[in-house]
Amino acid sequence: MNPKRKLLSTLVATTCGLGAAAAQAQISDGVIKIGVMNDMSGLYADIAGPGSVTAAKMAVEDFGAAAKGMKVEVVGADHQNKPDVGSTIARTWYDVDKVDAIFDVPTSSVALAVNQITKDKGKAFISSGAATSDLTGKACSPNTIHWTYDTWMLANGTGSAIVKTGGDSWFFLTADYAFGHALERDTTAAVTKAGGKVLGGVRHPFPGTDFSSFLLQAQSSKAKVIGLANAGGDTINSIKQASEFGIVKGGQSLAGMLVFITDVHALGLNTAQGLVFTETFYWDLNDQTRAWSKRFAAANGGKYPSMVQAGVYSSVLHYLKAVEAAKTDDGTKIIAKMKELPTDDPLFGKGSVRADGRKIHPAYLVEVKKPAESKAPYDYYKIRATIPADQAFRPIDQGDCPLVAKK
Amino acid sequence: MTEIFGIPTQALFGQLLIGLINGSFYALLSLGLAVIFGLLNIINFTHGAQYMMGAFVAYLLLNKLGIGYWWSLLIAPLIVGATGVVIERLMLSKLYKLDHLYGLLLTFGLALIVQGLFRNEYGSSGQPYQIPSQLQGGQNLGFMFLPNYRAWIILASAVVCLSTWFVIERTKLGSYLRAATENPQLVQAFGVNVPRMITLTYGFGVALAALAGVMAAPVYQVSPQMGADLIIVVFAVVVIGGMGSILGSIVTGFGLGLIEGLTKVFYPEASSTVIFIIMAIVLLVRPAGLFGTQK
Repeated sequence: MNPKRKLLSTLVATTCGLGAAAAQAQISDGVIKIGVMNDMSGLYADIAGPGSVTAAKMAVEDFGAAAKGMKVEVVGADHQNKPDVGSTIARTWYDVDKVDAIFDVPTSSVALAVNQITKDKGKAFISSGAATSDLTGKACSPNTIHWTYDTWMLANGTGSAIVKTGGDSWFFLTADYAFGHALERDTTAAVTKAGGKVLGGVRHPFPGTDFSSFLLQAQSSKAKVIGLANAGGDTINSIKQASEFGIVKGGQSLAGMLVFITDVHALGLNTAQGLVFTETFYWDLNDQTRAWSKRFAAANGGKYPSMVQAGVYSSVLHYLKAVEAAKTDDGTKIIAKMKELPTDDPLFGKGSVRADGRKIHPAYLVEVKKPAESKAPYDYYKIRATIPADQAFRPIDQGDCPLVAKK
Repeated sequence: MTEIFGIPTQALFGQLLIGLINGSFYALLSLGLAVIFGLLNIINFTHGAQYMMGAFVAYLLLNKLGIGYWWSLLIAPLIVGATGVVIERLMLSKLYKLDHLYGLLLTFGLALIVQGLFRNEYGSSGQPYQIPSQLQGGQNLGFMFLPNYRAWIILASAVVCLSTWFVIERTKLGSYLRAATENPQLVQAFGVNVPRMITLTYGFGVALAALAGVMAAPVYQVSPQMGADLIIVVFAVVVIGGMGSILGSIVTGFGLGLIEGLTKVFYPEASSTVIFIIMAIVLLVRPAGLFGTQK
């Protein structure tokens, strides 16, 4: 809210002279408008897409907004994975459509753009879909919270685990944009720290279709592990074509740095079996996650939730709790409130949001089951290890976040 | 090991071969486009969607009816080609008298609708399709491991491209077709059913796209996006080769695949733009394309 409007609303409140009215007036135009922005039609649409909008709506319903007298509206938009498109939507939402907070935003380059706009306009941005750890590092902002996962967490979970089991020389296949670069950088750090070494890498255009040429370069590098620093359709095609070119049979192994359950579903267990990677949510963790996921699947055409969609649910729920507690929808104040309140929801359990905007919860190192081990559709993972919340994410003092350095 | 510009020659051969495989898809797709543009003067933007439909029909045949890859190679192009015939009869035939732009808009709109429908039904991550058992595995060529299926793609694509070129440029049927585009009234006067010929030509072009789709299914995910990703490149290929030139589209299709393959070795970041840089240069030097003739 800009200073002028703030003055106006305070004036209105004082004139009314009613405490209750003052609280109401803090919610701009009486409606809390939540914007879910992501890739609705491209290669990340199954990871986030319309499913994230469904998740946000479920959160509003479960929060019981209507019963509490809060009017909450959810809108969605397609950023087509393009930072310019995403920026335009963000500006229109904030300036014209009176959106109070933007959620999700996969594709790191778009998320970084929305991060900056949100900061300039003093609104709130809670990212579930984006991966780059820069959102809580050098690009951290008092108006942004990074919810579900990030490149440091993936690199640390998957990278260290693989080096420990003998995969000590790496070659990267990297999507050529902010996300891929961040993931490659963080994984290189994790691999080197664990005692492995990186032999080289190749950056492929985003989105790509044919990866055979890059896979061939990876093959001739003789690295033990080929790290796939890409996501969604790119990862699916890389894995598929790697099996075609006999890369795994030749003794090299693939490390999917960012793999979602939707990708495993699309690949089929035959091709995906044995892949090891890190997730922060799996539908089959406990009774609560199972119950929620079945509800979600019923509303989402039978497709089970990805961790990004689960993150949207969890973050919208926490946002609404903060709005209720702070009695305002002012972006900066709400983000501060969200950091203050402990988080608790059926999907990620109890957790917290750090000063740099990082949401903290456990991560799971998972392995894809063999076709014979899977009893039903979406019965895909074996949990190999649980990384506790305080170890899963980058220590707060190592991210170069100006918000933290100031202290 | 000998090296060229710091790249081992063995690796280079591997990359060239892969470029040739991608070139096969470019050639097969741009061929269909060239046939349709050359004979109907329609810029068929639905081509990518029809390629995708070919892959999906193969997927559905396998999963719903248990019909395997080899029959799909025949059946999928027939089915998708038939939808092409319907589109031509019901919609495109009304547009021949109008500017190119109308055909372009119609086909572009159709492509968006078809892709949207498939995305709605199947999601964007795509569906898996296995390589047929006869073509699994591969050969170790010394400098690279060549999957049998990829070798098959090069072979099949070359055969299809050359026979299409032969039919259109060297047979009586082809000469009717070419004459009908030059002067439809005159050809009609000789007792040839020109509208039917044009309808079938469109169906044939679409069937070519579907055939490429079936061939692509085991290589890529069968996904609603697969055509949209490829179609822009294929259009660039057609423009470089010369709009409507059959031979041009075949030669540039394979050629650009090779150039793209080389770019992936020397500067991978540019591999998605190199084709468009070439297109810009060709348009500056030869506006009608490498094999095109100014009309």
